[in-house]
Amino acid sequence: MLDVRSPLLSVKNLQSWYGESHILHGVSFDVHQGEVVTLLGRNGAGKTTTLKSIMGIVGQRSGAVTFEGRELIGLASNQVARAGIALCPEERGIFASLTVEENLMLPPEVKKGGLSLDTIFELFPNLKERLGSSQGTKLSGGEQQMLAIARILRTGARMLLLDEPTEGLAPVIIQQIGKTIRTLKQQGFTILLVEQNFRFASTVADRYYVMENGRVAESFARADLDANLEKLHEYLGV
Amino acid sequence: MFEIFGIPSTALFGQLLIGLINGSFYALLSLGLAVIFGMLNVINFAHCAQYMMGAFAAFLLLNLTGLGYWGALIVAPILVGIFGIIVERCLLQWLYKLDHLYGLLLTFGLVLIIEGVARNFYGSAGLPYTMPESLQGGQNLGFMFLPNYRAWVIVASLTVCLATWFVIERTRLGAYLRAATENPTLVRAFGINVPLMITLTYGFGVALAAFAGVMAAPIYNVSPQMGSSLIIVVFAVVVIGGMGSIMGAIVTGFGLGIVEGLTKVFFPEASNTVIFVIMAIVLLVRPAGLFGRRA
Ligand SMILES: Nc1ncnc2c1ncn2[C@@H]1O[C@H](COP(=O)(O)OP(=O)(O)OP(=O)(O)O)[C@@H](O)[C@H]1O
Ligand SMILES: [Mg+2]
Repeated sequence: MLDVRSPLLSVKNLQSWYGESHILHGVSFDVHQGEVVTLLGRNGAGKTTTLKSIMGIVGQRSGAVTFEGRELIGLASNQVARAGIALCPEERGIFASLTVEENLMLPPEVKKGGLSLDTIFELFPNLKERLGSSQGTKLSGGEQQMLAIARILRTGARMLLLDEPTEGLAPVIIQQIGKTIRTLKQQGFTILLVEQNFRFASTVADRYYVMENGRVAESFARADLDANLEKLHEYLGV
Repeated sequence: MFEIFGIPSTALFGQLLIGLINGSFYALLSLGLAVIFGMLNVINFAHCAQYMMGAFAAFLLLNLTGLGYWGALIVAPILVGIFGIIVERCLLQWLYKLDHLYGLLLTFGLVLIIEGVARNFYGSAGLPYTMPESLQGGQNLGFMFLPNYRAWVIVASLTVCLATWFVIERTRLGAYLRAATENPTLVRAFGINVPLMITLTYGFGVALAAFAGVMAAPIYNVSPQMGSSLIIVVFAVVVIGGMGSIMGAIVTGFGLGIVEGLTKVFFPEASNTVIFVIMAIVLLVRPAGLFGRRA
């Protein structure tokens, strides 16, 4: 049995490189079971690289990434996925050569207990109507984002990495995504959310980490958001 | 017998049939090339050497183990496919991140080695391979004589081509393949063992070439250079159809075989060059090929 107090996902002194460029310089943070934790930070701070490093899709990395007590750092990304972590990438990654339905059904089941299609269509009613669409990339930006989230809910992964799911979307759609994240949290999903839009993040997050230049510069809980607003503005340059 | 445009029907349909036979091989081979290029980003110049290996495997299976045509049609592609898998694991896998040119050069080198080995042991004269008894003879259709074996080649090639198309375009496995062609990193991050899929795809593409080789053995002689004479035309077919399109490779393969056959009837002087003329025109008008997706 796991100690209830030990984190579900623990990142310690994570360093990453793209070829010669050293991008992450020792990132450390924890995510507990059932939490929504947000990584904030400016463009180029290393948020996406952190998610990719957890997934095992950057060239070279060192440090420790433990999930359910198991070390992931040496694993290939397909094995990380099989451990029960799913990524919704920043560029959404909808496949043009697949229909909407094929896109939705693409990620294989990695664990028992994924959401049923009915539950997924309750969360994203628009997707059901677009199921017959011939090409995944013919959907609108918002629909593509929903598809990108929906397809990883089927897999049974209980730890979701969402990379800027609100980027470039209209306010109503952002609201719908916020509602979805809260529902997922209620259902026991654990979510690591990357955001630049901290107003949106503040509607869903339990805790925040702020990244700068490939390091975690600051962390605080939901309750301390107001007290940290000024610092946050500085970090994010808003 | 009757005439069409002043050409006796037997001559016309005879050439049409030869065109369809050639088209069957063009389609099978360019299909394998397209599947391999889509997944591996490698232009498999060794394809026609692997076709020749299929024919040789059938010949050796018959003469060393007594396994006949029907058995060879299954066993030879499996053996040559395994050879392909070994080549992919040992050599090709190191080239994916490099320019296409490296894959082309490596597989070209493989052609020289494979053909050299075959020539060393068997000389360059063709070796005979007899047609299976069940497919000897033919049908008189009235307007032409249809040899059974040729009808079989056309049907078998069409069936294998369409089955391959179906698997790639209409099944879940095919969805993995198409998605991995577009974004292998993400597909792998969903939990799919993409490197294994790439290896098996190469093995399958090579097995398709070997399958064509076994079917060719009774028609053409089994000889070390039987593939080289084909590869240039097959590459032209691939260029015309467009790299990476499955249906494109099939349709273009059969279509160009027929065009070549008809040219032999109406304008024989051009029959050896017509495919290259079409290639030049397609390259001018639609550089990505008739069915190509990428610009
Ligand atoms: N494939 C790559 N090769 C080389 N450098 C890269 C690559 N991807 C990102 N970088 C660099 O790594 C740094 C961190 O990038 P990253 O994408 O992780 O930032 P981010 O915090 O997600 O930014 P954004 O908010 O713009 O998405 C940047 O300086 C970027 O230029
Ligand atoms: Mg990013």
